[in-house]
Amino acid sequence: MTLLLSVQGLTKRYGARIGCTNVSFDLYRGEVMGVVGESGSGKSTLLNCLAGYLSTDGGTVLFDTRAEGLKDMLTMSEPERRQLARTDCAFVHQHARDGLRMGVSAGGNVGERLMAGGARHYGQIRASAIDWLGRVEIDENRVNDRPTTYSGGMQQRLQIARNLVNGPRLIFMDEPTGGLDVSVQARLLDLLRKLVRDLHLSAVVVTHDLSVIRLLSDRLMVMKSGEVVEAGLTDQVLDDPQHPHTQLLVSSVL
Amino acid sequence: MSDYNFAYLDEQTKRMIRRAILKGLAIPGYQVPFASREMPMPYGWGTGGVQVSAAILTPDDCMKVIDQGADDTTNAVSIRKFFERTAGIETTTRTSEADVIQTRHRIPEEPLTEDQILVYQVPIPEPLRFLEPRETETRKMHALEEYGLMHVKLFEDIARHGAITTSYAYPVRAEGRYVMDPSPIPKFDNPKLSMAAIQIFGAGREQRIYALPPHCEVVSLDFEDHPFDPSKAPHPCGLCGAETSYLDEVIIDDVGGRLFVCSDTDYCETRRAEGHRGDDQVSETAA
Repeated sequence: MTLLLSVQGLTKRYGARIGCTNVSFDLYRGEVMGVVGESGSGKSTLLNCLAGYLSTDGGTVLFDTRAEGLKDMLTMSEPERRQLARTDCAFVHQHARDGLRMGVSAGGNVGERLMAGGARHYGQIRASAIDWLGRVEIDENRVNDRPTTYSGGMQQRLQIARNLVNGPRLIFMDEPTGGLDVSVQARLLDLLRKLVRDLHLSAVVVTHDLSVIRLLSDRLMVMKSGEVVEAGLTDQVLDDPQHPHTQLLVSSVL
Repeated sequence: MSDYNFAYLDEQTKRMIRRAILKGLAIPGYQVPFASREMPMPYGWGTGGVQVSAAILTPDDCMKVIDQGADDTTNAVSIRKFFERTAGIETTTRTSEADVIQTRHRIPEEPLTEDQILVYQVPIPEPLRFLEPRETETRKMHALEEYGLMHVKLFEDIARHGAITTSYAYPVRAEGRYVMDPSPIPKFDNPKLSMAAIQIFGAGREQRIYALPPHCEVVSLDFEDHPFDPSKAPHPCGLCGAETSYLDEVIIDDVGGRLFVCSDTDYCETRRAEGHRGDDQVSETAA
């Protein structure tokens, strides 16, 4: 087990209000960390801080970079951080349209990270795009279609393919199954589980859906009002919740 | 003549534009912001090019203006007249006699020399614009050399049409650093961008100036398995018989008759004066 991401005392304030405060956790290779909590509890703030979309007010986020080992993502120079966001990290948005280029074909969407990495052979880029569409169960003959012609579930799967195509080691997911109907959710979760296992991916998954967490994640953090109130192995926390808020969350599952 | 300052613009403005030009020449392909002035013509008619020309003209210069390769279109004629009136300079239609050539859409067929300056009128200077609408983001992409997106556009062309169909404003990379949009010239002219003359690009509405110094290395972007192809219509010129010049297709009747002629009128006329003749035939007639 090698350490991939180490977060210490991460804090984000919106003026006097707290976004998230004093969040610390370690993430190892091949591990999936779930973050749950009611809406407004700071889950997405935490994720956006980790991904570098928001500036932070304190703490460190050490990432195991390929070149230099553990390095603080928050104090990295911008070129370095953007480089990392294109290669070793990926972000799956809740709404697929935020993460896709809607005016560009599916093949172009998947190929973008490859081309950003310097791939200049059309045939090879297209072949890996088709390969990845296959892995996320999108038919090969849709490769030239724009994402606007895709259903919601397909768009989400396309977004996942686009993010995983160049083999990132860490993937951030913000409500990956939100807004999808139940049968599509189930298939997407199966797919995600398979990909995470096959590619030995690490992931931080933010969701308010406890069943998603139970299926996907190895460990779990429960957040309330910007603070982590309980953390531990998923089954342990969900089967034997200690904090009153966790108990409330678990008991309110339909 | 005394009604205007030489070449219309005031001296402070010219100084500001010259500074932008010098910076542009020092960093080939980099878009230098400048405070574009209102000109007595609408945006899209070459306000950027006119300001650049006004800043670099001297009283002994001879100027040529071309629009789509032709010297006799409205835009070319009116800009030529503008400088005749406001700068009192000589104008010409002969490429070899001109010191400053302002152009839209074409590079003259005749090779330019190091004594000449080619000024382009540019509508949209940002090559990434149609893929990334945010200016803050495109500037960052230029600064950090994140040019993967430019290839996404070419990728889309091949995916949809089987070949790179971008045929004008074809993106190039200057001196291995900045990706730039060479104004709306046809990609046929792209190989000529490495030339002996100084090339200055002015975009009036977008307030950007960029430049290519003489003999600058300019590479058209492409894929390994779909190399850059500076294509042209596979015909000789119907008037002068030139095989290697860029051609315009002219519809000459209502039964499908077509004539291909050089788009560079000066080049075509010079050749005809030298005695070259095309077959003057309608190359294909609809049955």
